Amino acid sequence: MTRILLMFLCQIFALPLFANQPTEWALYFQEPATPLMVRLREFHDYLLVISFFIAAFVFLMMFIIIYKFREKKHPVPATFSHNTPLEIVWTTIPVIILIFIAVPSFKITYMMDHIPKSEMTVKVIGHQWYWTYEYPENKIVYDSYMIKDADLKPQDLRLLSVDRPLVVPVDTVIEVLATSTDVIHSFAVPSFGIKRDCIPGKLNQTWMKVFKEGTYYGQCSELCGSGHGFMPISVKVVSKEDFKKWIEDNKNKKG
Amino acid sequence: MNEHTPHEHTPKGWRRWLLSTNHKDIGSMYLIFSIIGGIAGLIFSIVIRMQLAHPGGTVLGGNHQLYNVFITSHALIMIFFAVMPGLIGGFGNWFVPLLIGAPDMAFPRLNNISFWLMIPALIMAGLSTVVGMGAGTGWTMYPPLSSLTGHPDMAVDFLLFSLHLAGVSSILGSLNFITTIINMRAPGMDFFKMPLFVWTILVTSALLLITLPVLAGGITMLITDRNFGTTFFDPSGGGDPVLFQHLFWFFGHPEVYVIILPAFGIISQIISTFSKKPVFGYVSMVYAILSIGVIGCGVWAHHMFTVGLSPSATVYFSAATMVIAVPTGIKVFSWLATMWGGSIRFDTPMLFATGFILLFTLGGLTGVVLSNGGMNIVLHDTYYVVGHFHYVLSMGAVFGLFGGFYYWISKICGRQYPEIWGRIHFWMLFIGVNMIFIPMHFVGYNGMPRRIPDYPQAFAPMNYIASIGAYLTAFSTLIFLGVALYTVFRGKKAQSNPWGVGATTLEWTLPSPPPYHTFETPPHIGGDLHEHK
Repeated sequence: MTRILLMFLCQIFALPLFANQPTEWALYFQEPATPLMVRLREFHDYLLVISFFIAAFVFLMMFIIIYKFREKKHPVPATFSHNTPLEIVWTTIPVIILIFIAVPSFKITYMMDHIPKSEMTVKVIGHQWYWTYEYPENKIVYDSYMIKDADLKPQDLRLLSVDRPLVVPVDTVIEVLATSTDVIHSFAVPSFGIKRDCIPGKLNQTWMKVFKEGTYYGQCSELCGSGHGFMPISVKVVSKEDFKKWIEDNKNKKG
Repeated sequence: MNEHTPHEHTPKGWRRWLLSTNHKDIGSMYLIFSIIGGIAGLIFSIVIRMQLAHPGGTVLGGNHQLYNVFITSHALIMIFFAVMPGLIGGFGNWFVPLLIGAPDMAFPRLNNISFWLMIPALIMAGLSTVVGMGAGTGWTMYPPLSSLTGHPDMAVDFLLFSLHLAGVSSILGSLNFITTIINMRAPGMDFFKMPLFVWTILVTSALLLITLPVLAGGITMLITDRNFGTTFFDPSGGGDPVLFQHLFWFFGHPEVYVIILPAFGIISQIISTFSKKPVFGYVSMVYAILSIGVIGCGVWAHHMFTVGLSPSATVYFSAATMVIAVPTGIKVFSWLATMWGGSIRFDTPMLFATGFILLFTLGGLTGVVLSNGGMNIVLHDTYYVVGHFHYVLSMGAVFGLFGGFYYWISKICGRQYPEIWGRIHFWMLFIGVNMIFIPMHFVGYNGMPRRIPDYPQAFAPMNYIASIGAYLTAFSTLIFLGVALYTVFRGKKAQSNPWGVGATTLEWTLPSPPPYHTFETPPHIGGDLHEHK
């Protein structure tokens, strides 16, 4: 187990195989594309180091015990059953470690919740089993369906590519409003570090500011019936100029 | 009455079982029920892993609703019809009276109805998978998916009635345990002399008694929403789907402690027995169990960080969840300290206890990662969560079940299991479950959502490894069934105490199997039970 953990750590630090889509044999997050996900990944690296040392300590102790205190090697058992100083130590040290985890953790929680002044809004509406994307400022509304297996083109990713992705500009604070018209869905893009439940009768809010152009993928993340695995999310992040052009092209079309 | 002529009082034939008021017989029936439930739950999980072995799996004929039915049934059957009847109904009934020197449970007839309510509960759960489209809501049953919107036919109603019956059974059982433990301890068996398994059953019972009525309220509201036109969870009538999630998790989170605490108790007793040392820090272990129970009731919304909680609620639920790591850490360190300096025999029960400590620690650490409200947003509803909770439940509670089985089977049936086959079972299971659940963490990090019947190509290699691990686990379970049948019918006759000087609790003072009625005159408990003489 320790060896697996070690391999795991080596993988993370030595081989930054990050991509903006899931990859085979990947052991870690997709490439962060928002400042928020960068923070979250750094925070997770930090948690992983702490976890590694705790796990290593417990495993090491266990191996020493298995080696030293087998019946054959150690026929007469000791009789102690209390050690107050030791118990105080192993109660207080975890408390201190938790404080060191909690402080940065809560900072991130507040950072996620505090939406900087948003420059545009997109509304995400979940349905069984597709998404509707709405640009309220520009009156653009369209549906986004997964590309069926029979229609896949070579560059498409099975179960991830969609016919019309959500298009957003790079380096822009975008307010995301999420809701649903039937059952609960969840709008998630791993590279952005966002996941918001789309709940009928509720308007949930989150935000993103993507710093790199490209196409990013996510999948519905709340069980929503038989098509739950077949309503992927694809977000195409384009330059601000391209986005303006895209808005002009789509403004007068009926979704 | 004389302990040496028990047979005159033993009812014969079907009356002995159907009308049973004897804690040992009811315990045995619970154990058999739990094995049957476990096999059913395992079959569901194997089909799930077959479907997920390759992308585009067609094991279920492309029927994705059926896949959702399978994941729902796998969870509910494993929780309510395998682990709970095994740990609480089975080992609790068998050993709580023996460990505290009581002649039986406080309410023997209540005990009977607790068991027999489980049968219609299981039948209803089974029906929920075949009626109409089947109940494919996930065990969390979130409306509106579980309302008429998502499941218009009767399947979900069957599921809800099944949970009601299982809930009534558990509430009655809990009342019985609490009364027995408070009132029927032998003279000298103070609260702080009770073996830790008894403590865990006491706290578990209290948790069930507090939280099950809340679940019952929630699912009753769902039943009336579905059948009588109310709109508790329907926004078009002013209701709120998130309310159900609060009610569900107010039960659902303490439920995971209901599952794991009795396993903690069994593990503590196994470790003490096989290390030939008293439990280290007994008093702090008791307080750790109590505080896990108390704090565990106030952390439910950490399952709901993505529904749009306020940041202060998120921070509270993160912090409260992290705090549970402290008593849990105390338990892990105390187990290590119990082993430290011991003279340890690594028989099968001890192998399971050792495996439990190592794997539970890993599950606990991923739990601390998930407790962070921000981090949780990324990992929520991914396979990382599936990996995490199987580490604490599949390798935690189930290792506790198997450990308890090998530890106590000679006491239950008077025959000892074959040691070598027990060890083969352990090693195959240990390798199998790690093969299943380690890769799940990786695909979870990489973004694979849970509860999907098919997945993008990128997740294929890890899922294939997990499926191979599942087949190995299934094979190890066949070995277990062989061991169990062999032991019960052909096993070597066991002495009253097969484990030697380390086994100091009261059940080992009785013959194996114990007579039909035990401790009719209460034993007197002198000195400190936890000090080995």
